[in-house]
Amino acid sequence: MTTSTSPAADAVDPDAYLQVRDLRVQFPTEDGLVRAVDGVTFSVRRGQTLGIVGESGSGKSVTSMSILGLHNPARTKITGEISIGGKNIVGMKEEQIQRLRGKDVAMIFQDPLSALHPYYKVGAQIAEAYKVHHPSASKKEATTRAVDMLDRVGIPQPQRRANQYPHEFSGGMRQRAMIAMALVNDPALLIADEPTTALDVTVQAQILELLEDLQREFHSAIIMITHDLGVVSQVADDVLVMYGGRPVETGSVEQIMRRPQHPYTWGLLASVPSLHGDASVDLVPIKGNPPSLINLPTGCAFNPRCRYAGQNGNRSFSEVPELRPAGEPGHNVACHMSFETRQRLYAEDIAHAGVAQ
Amino acid sequence: MLRFLIKRLLLASTTLVAISIVTFLLFFAVPTSPAWTMCGRNCSPERIAQVEKSLGLDQPIHKQYTDFVQGIFVGRTIDDAGTIRECEAPCLGYSFRSKEPVTDTITRSLPITLSIVVGAMVVFLTVGIGLGMLAALKKGTVFDRFAIGASVGFASTQTYTLGGVLLLLFVYTTGLLPNPSYTPISQDPVAWAGGMLLPWITLGLINSALYARLSRAQMIETLQEDFVRTARAKGLPARTVTRRHALRAAITPIVTIAGVDLGGYLGGVVITESVFSLNGIGREAAKAVNDLNLPVVMATVLIAAFFIVAMNIIVDMLYAVIDPRVRLG
Repeated sequence: MTTSTSPAADAVDPDAYLQVRDLRVQFPTEDGLVRAVDGVTFSVRRGQTLGIVGESGSGKSVTSMSILGLHNPARTKITGEISIGGKNIVGMKEEQIQRLRGKDVAMIFQDPLSALHPYYKVGAQIAEAYKVHHPSASKKEATTRAVDMLDRVGIPQPQRRANQYPHEFSGGMRQRAMIAMALVNDPALLIADEPTTALDVTVQAQILELLEDLQREFHSAIIMITHDLGVVSQVADDVLVMYGGRPVETGSVEQIMRRPQHPYTWGLLASVPSLHGDASVDLVPIKGNPPSLINLPTGCAFNPRCRYAGQNGNRSFSEVPELRPAGEPGHNVACHMSFETRQRLYAEDIAHAGVAQ
Repeated sequence: MLRFLIKRLLLASTTLVAISIVTFLLFFAVPTSPAWTMCGRNCSPERIAQVEKSLGLDQPIHKQYTDFVQGIFVGRTIDDAGTIRECEAPCLGYSFRSKEPVTDTITRSLPITLSIVVGAMVVFLTVGIGLGMLAALKKGTVFDRFAIGASVGFASTQTYTLGGVLLLLFVYTTGLLPNPSYTPISQDPVAWAGGMLLPWITLGLINSALYARLSRAQMIETLQEDFVRTARAKGLPARTVTRRHALRAAITPIVTIAGVDLGGYLGGVVITESVFSLNGIGREAAKAVNDLNLPVVMATVLIAAFFIVAMNIIVDMLYAVIDPRVRLG
């Protein structure tokens, strides 16, 4: 593995359906410039799932919103490249992005109760999503299509259910309806923003399974945004770990879950209880809170919370670490510590804690 | 739905009965008598007793109240110092002052108040909600700042100030508009509208300010809702997102407030009526209170209470029509 001068370029797969290069999203506010996303590069092929992991405020949701072009251009500064099926949407006109939204790229949101309109019937809301991209379709065709989709996502009695309001659905059924709405136009890319966070654990597994089934059937690319490493290990092929608006570690799900290299990823893994160990002893929470995106700590943004900050003299506090190859192909990490040090610390401190074991 | 209606109607009647009793008791709690105000300071005690007898005030209070209620439902006979009057149901009694049947006072003044309120409502609902929604969509722009600034100005203006200024400008100085007066709409719609224009503008503008601020706040809040983001994520054009998804949700609480306001105003807009010298129901009520004119006080209070109670029931029913999550029962 050679050290690339531009780690960003080497992470992008030129054949991928979605290619994001050096994306930066900034919001000027009265308190200062919010650097919500500060140089993220990744790609997703059709049929593949990318998990984006991080705490709230890490920039994962802002990233997904910019892929749909949902930020108000008057109040947002976006640079870099977001290429969807070969078209770069950064700087694209609103009318053009509108044609992509819901058709080529669709999104599922965290809380399906607030994400569905309370005043309209579920079937009508799905039919509306179909009709906007199929203007020649009749109302009847759109309704039939909506009922078909409800059936596809496993909602019993779809005909009757289409005529009900969101509040008459259970949480899991509502998220299925949301998925039906997102998939009604066969999008090539589906973004799921914490799709299972608001659901019961038993329902979570069903929804994830449904997404996997539908992905196989529609051969779509999926971005799964979550803070739940359990979800990532279940569905993702590749993982991007974000912290303070920057990527801190990328790699295959196997690399991130089994051979993590960044202290933040270690923290995430060690703070999830495992089914095998003793929960009261083996959990190692990450101390402190996520940083303010207006005023990031200098040097490595993670340094105030990192147990190992200062291992290399002053570098943690003065120099922002770049994403660099971490040994195996495709595995990159942004950490000042040497590969050997990271391997030793992981084996000594982390490997026995939480789900990391 | 039917259960809801029966329940609410029962509750409404109880409210009206309670209000009538309280008003009656309050009237007699005042340490003065209509006879004194009618007969003057130097009236002899015999004369006062005579006047009280002619007004029926010599009867025990509970008898007076039951007579009043009986009058509403079956009518009653009133003996006014020898003059026997047959008052048919619904009988609200005779004015202590003019001896006119109170029902006549009401049928004369209610259309005036109705004309003022309905016209003003059209003004403040269109101007207020329109400005507020536009300001919300253009939040932070010059238009937004101007609209909000103007609404703060109007909201802090009083009816008697704005009404007086408008009268001075359009009637007394330039003569562009006729002095406000009431012409029945059935008689001459143009004269009706012309005579009502200034009250409409005055009451309309002052309320527009409140409605503009309210609808702006509602709309800004709704635009941040998840379901609006979903609508945009579907690829709907901005106009559809605003109209079909945001506006419908933002307007719901405004319907409630407008309905309750309408109920309140129909009982009389005292200051507006007084500023423009229109003898609407509010002005009659104010006059009756000054004169201790019990039958008119009772009638105007009950009518005002009736409108408020009725509009509350209607608003609750409308709510269930607009929002499918609301179930009446």
